[in-house]
Amino acid sequence: MKVALFIPCYIDQFYPNVGIATLQLLEKLGVEVAFPMKQTCCGQPMANSGCEQDSKGVYAHFVDTFAEFDYIVTPSGSCTYHIKKHYDIIEQTPAVQKVRKSVYELVDFIENVLKIEEIPVDFPHKVGLHLSCHGQRGLRQANASEITGVRDGQISKLLRKLKGIELTELDRNDECCGFGGTFCVAEEAVSARMGQDRISDHLRNGTKVLTGGDVSCLMHLEGIVKRQNAPIKVMHIAEILNGNQP
Amino acid sequence: MNHQNHPELAEAFNKDFERTTWHDETLWFVRQKRDKAVYPIPEFQDLRTLASEIKDHTLSNLDNYLIEFEQNAIKNGVKVHWAADAAEHNQIVMDIIKSSCKVEGRNTRMVKSKSMLTEECHLNAFLQKNNIDVVDTDLGERIIQFRDEPPSHIVMPAIHLKKEDVGETFHEHLGTTKGEKDPQILTEAARQHLREKFVAADVALTGVNFAIAETGSFVVCTNEGNADLGVNLAKVHIASMGIEKMIPKLHHLSVYTRLLARSATGQPITTYTSHFTKPAEGKEMHIVIVDNGRTQQLGRADFRNSLKCIRCGACMNTCPVYRRSGGHSYDFTVPGPIGAILSPNIDLHKYSSLPFASTLCGSCSDVCPVKIDIHVQLYKWRQIVGQANELPAAKKWGMKGLAKVLSMPKVYDLGGKLARGALRVLPHGLTHNQSMNPWAKARELPDAPKQSFKEWYEENRK
Repeated sequence: MKVALFIPCYIDQFYPNVGIATLQLLEKLGVEVAFPMKQTCCGQPMANSGCEQDSKGVYAHFVDTFAEFDYIVTPSGSCTYHIKKHYDIIEQTPAVQKVRKSVYELVDFIENVLKIEEIPVDFPHKVGLHLSCHGQRGLRQANASEITGVRDGQISKLLRKLKGIELTELDRNDECCGFGGTFCVAEEAVSARMGQDRISDHLRNGTKVLTGGDVSCLMHLEGIVKRQNAPIKVMHIAEILNGNQP
Repeated sequence: MNHQNHPELAEAFNKDFERTTWHDETLWFVRQKRDKAVYPIPEFQDLRTLASEIKDHTLSNLDNYLIEFEQNAIKNGVKVHWAADAAEHNQIVMDIIKSSCKVEGRNTRMVKSKSMLTEECHLNAFLQKNNIDVVDTDLGERIIQFRDEPPSHIVMPAIHLKKEDVGETFHEHLGTTKGEKDPQILTEAARQHLREKFVAADVALTGVNFAIAETGSFVVCTNEGNADLGVNLAKVHIASMGIEKMIPKLHHLSVYTRLLARSATGQPITTYTSHFTKPAEGKEMHIVIVDNGRTQQLGRADFRNSLKCIRCGACMNTCPVYRRSGGHSYDFTVPGPIGAILSPNIDLHKYSSLPFASTLCGSCSDVCPVKIDIHVQLYKWRQIVGQANELPAAKKWGMKGLAKVLSMPKVYDLGGKLARGALRVLPHGLTHNQSMNPWAKARELPDAPKQSFKEWYEENRK
């Protein structure tokens, strides 16, 4: 099986450690990973801002970059969702259809393609999981509180099996962090307030390490943690599963 | 009106931190009540699907069902009127009042209950100009009528007000003691005041929750019972309904009554579910069927199913943006996520910021009892706003530039390197300048690393 790693633009530029952890983790799990150097972005930033038509060139470039692979794995539920859901405005060539089918969020890939249910890592910390909306409600990687009171999902399944870990029970398990792409600046007041409220929930319930499947949410939440000097360390799920320590 | 309407109004709302907390928690409490009422119903998701399918079917055959409804209503002795828009609706209502209520020496008096449609048509202002006294009789609606404010929520119109605010308003309008904030005392004052209005009313107007084609009857769901009191005391009952209120058969109704109150307030059913079929002896019953932009929405394939909405308000209670920006920040009769997909149909320019008043988290679509794909429609409206050239110029050109960069890997690599370099050397005060960088008002930027992932990969793995 030919597996490609897709490192989204903002992770490439601002969170290379998340990219490195993802690569190392996949290698530890026995996957041979290619990294096509000409990759850039999935095109979501423009599309969510109402400029989907401008994104068509980026979509074409993405498909051109990744069409030869059986699986495209990325540490982002949001980008995965965008490719699967919104690449419907370009001509559905076999290559486009293949790419939309082959793209996987990292944890989804680990659990449902590699069929790995447990990763042998010690992580003796109190961990708060932030569910990204695109992973949770978009890709259905976790239960939604609108549908059921049972709190469960792909990421929490893996986290719960780490040695020494304690998971935070949040007051609001799946409220959006308020990042929302350009929403974070266009609606700055509401965006910031949503993020502050998420951090308060984590602080109130004892989170020491805040994690999640999307760096975009985490970048926003980390921005607030740092501004408030809150005693929380923010790590992407790939870093934790790779055995990195806070 | 400018594009930035919602962000500006939302920012103003957020200036009061404590009040924003209170508003968020109040609405979240309602959402949690909804959850408690929904989780124990094992077939709840099936009910949503069924409700969605019945509405889809009805909307596809709306012309036939409306005509069937009209014919059956006429057989029942009801007078049916058709209004293409708000102005026609208001004129029809006034003509009914003028022809059926000959009142000498004083204004005609009308009591009103449970009608968002008349809010949408701005009926109160129109009637008052024409010497008809209108009194909203539901407690929340009466409060905001005293304050001359629009509703901030479709089910709880005064949810933006605290009991202290209500005390102040009642002190001014009903003469309650200044500083009185006991809900029971305030409610009792409203009750006594409204009793007089009910007894004196010539005409009663209600909204319609469901109109049943098969029987020609309509159903009004309330908790306070004011609709029933109003129509039973007045000589004339006028019911205003949008064309989308139709359901085919009586036996479909229970699907919706099971969903409506659970989704809205977490009650198993509204206190009153009143069926109106024919006028009582010596009385008149009128139905005004209103389009006002709905057929236009019905003609938009991507947005048609927004007309499935049964006005439960659950999407407002669940929306993290609505809870932190308040209903008035939408500046449209129906606020929140559903309002943000209905309003651009009415005026794309005026409401162009509303489809962007969302993170596209999708909670609205998951909570919606009739499965409207609200967040998908928000995304689609954004594209239409963009295509119609209604985006702020900076965003429009910024996105065009970004799209170019992201389709050229070499330019992207170099651009990223330069940007990170700049972020590392520029002083914090400049990179975090709050007037230039809205991100930095409440957040730190991420540390700009020396190497991108690509650069690391090239150095370590190639």
